[in-house]
Amino acid sequence: MAKLILCMESMVLKEIPLTKERMTIGRKPHNDIQIDNLAISGEHAVVVTVLNDSFLEDLHSTNGTFVNGHAIEKHFLQNGDVIELGKYRLKYVNEVPQQAPAAGPADFEKTMVLRPDIARKTAEQIENKAVGDTQVGLKATSAAPPPAAAQPAAALPPAVIQILSGANMGKELELTKTLTTLGKPGVQVAVIARRPHGYFITHVEGANFPVVSGVTLEANKPHPLKDHDIIELAGVKMEFFFKA
Amino acid sequence: MDLSKALEVASLTDKGLVRSHNEDSVLANAVAGFVILADGMGGYNAGEVASGMTTALLGSELTKAFAEREPSAPVGGGKRHVHAVLETEIARTNSAIYQAAQSQPQYSGMGTTLVMAVFQDDKVTVAHIGDSRLYRLRGEEFGPITRDHSLLQEQIDNGMLTPEQARHSQNKNLVTRALGIDPAVEPEIHDHDVQPGDIYLLCSDGLNDMVEDEEIAMALQAFGANLELCAMQLVQMANDNGGRDNVSVILVKVKEAFPAPSSGLGQWWRRILGWFKAR
Repeated sequence: MAKLILCMESMVLKEIPLTKERMTIGRKPHNDIQIDNLAISGEHAVVVTVLNDSFLEDLHSTNGTFVNGHAIEKHFLQNGDVIELGKYRLKYVNEVPQQAPAAGPADFEKTMVLRPDIARKTAEQIENKAVGDTQVGLKATSAAPPPAAAQPAAALPPAVIQILSGANMGKELELTKTLTTLGKPGVQVAVIARRPHGYFITHVEGANFPVVSGVTLEANKPHPLKDHDIIELAGVKMEFFFKA
Repeated sequence: MDLSKALEVASLTDKGLVRSHNEDSVLANAVAGFVILADGMGGYNAGEVASGMTTALLGSELTKAFAEREPSAPVGGGKRHVHAVLETEIARTNSAIYQAAQSQPQYSGMGTTLVMAVFQDDKVTVAHIGDSRLYRLRGEEFGPITRDHSLLQEQIDNGMLTPEQARHSQNKNLVTRALGIDPAVEPEIHDHDVQPGDIYLLCSDGLNDMVEDEEIAMALQAFGANLELCAMQLVQMANDNGGRDNVSVILVKVKEAFPAPSSGLGQWWRRILGWFKAR
């Protein structure tokens, strides 16, 4: 379960688990999280938690609510965010618990059904699952960044195709995209895919198959490209090479 | 009506790199012009039982129903045969899974998403439940046609989250509708016009959670001439990005128009018109 850690001048004052869907922060005593300090408004901010996500909202406080140094009105809290209210700091911690080393399928990410009446229960189930001992790779999987950032393609050296014959002779084409299409649609098309472990060329359409350094490509079979491979496609010769 | 001349279909399903087994099921019938994809959920093998039941039951019942009668035929009440069949058969499939889950402890709690497309009379009828999607590539334009039945989509709809923020949510994979978990289910069914050249992609969340829409579009554009390769490429992209879930894709390319064969009345009209024109 997510929690807030209340600190002042690097002194930890309190740990507050986010047990309720709405938890208000303010100076007045009726708040769920009361901070009795004049810099804090009577009703200063609220944290709304939906299952495993929490949102922070400023309640039009006099001195404002800051997250990681920026004033916010509404903010989707991420693990490690620091909320500042006057001299007080609230650190948002939403760590997926460390799993036991026992082997088992990583089913934290498995699809589950959410029905309004059992929303609470589901949250608890997820919670229980998360601390269960059948989780493997839980932290890695659930805390993984979105796909774009997950692409490990950065390790792959950049490569180019240089045209060696025909009207475009000398031209270079950088293979920066995941897929680069070569040739003419309807006549002969090949695609070079940039994958984490290398570049691969595949014949897509046309009666003639591309030839790579003397080897004719097979249908539906990606062919790995080596440095300085010569590709012959639709009557044009080109060279593939890595850019140092 | 045999649609295999108008439609080119390819499908592929893969367990990915993390899961121990594949709970997705796919089924394509190019002749009858329909495709079905289901992403099962529930302990141990129950997920694949639910998704497998879905594709098998719907596959056989639709084949039968559309052989008896053209899917585009009107059935009264402003409805077409395809809609009546989908409503009935999805409800029956739901009951079958629900009852299996109730009666056999090892299947308790199983359920599945569903996305399916029926091509008829230059249209596609799309039914879906849960977070499996249908995308369309038309010219340069690519995007989802279905709207997920999921917590995140609801939060995006009510403005709580932006689509970008949704990518960072810890509440992924929570669907608000599924087949087989309640005695009744409400599928979302819509018709869309189809144009020759369109490419339709049905996929489980194992694809769209791992691969950005722009990259999916790129694959469809680059490999559109070779659907089998395209399916392989999509699965490979999901796995290259981590392959954290089962990944399934069905691709349908529309090669030519496929208007419904004229009904008896239509043929009669055409004959009269032809007779007039001939004079």
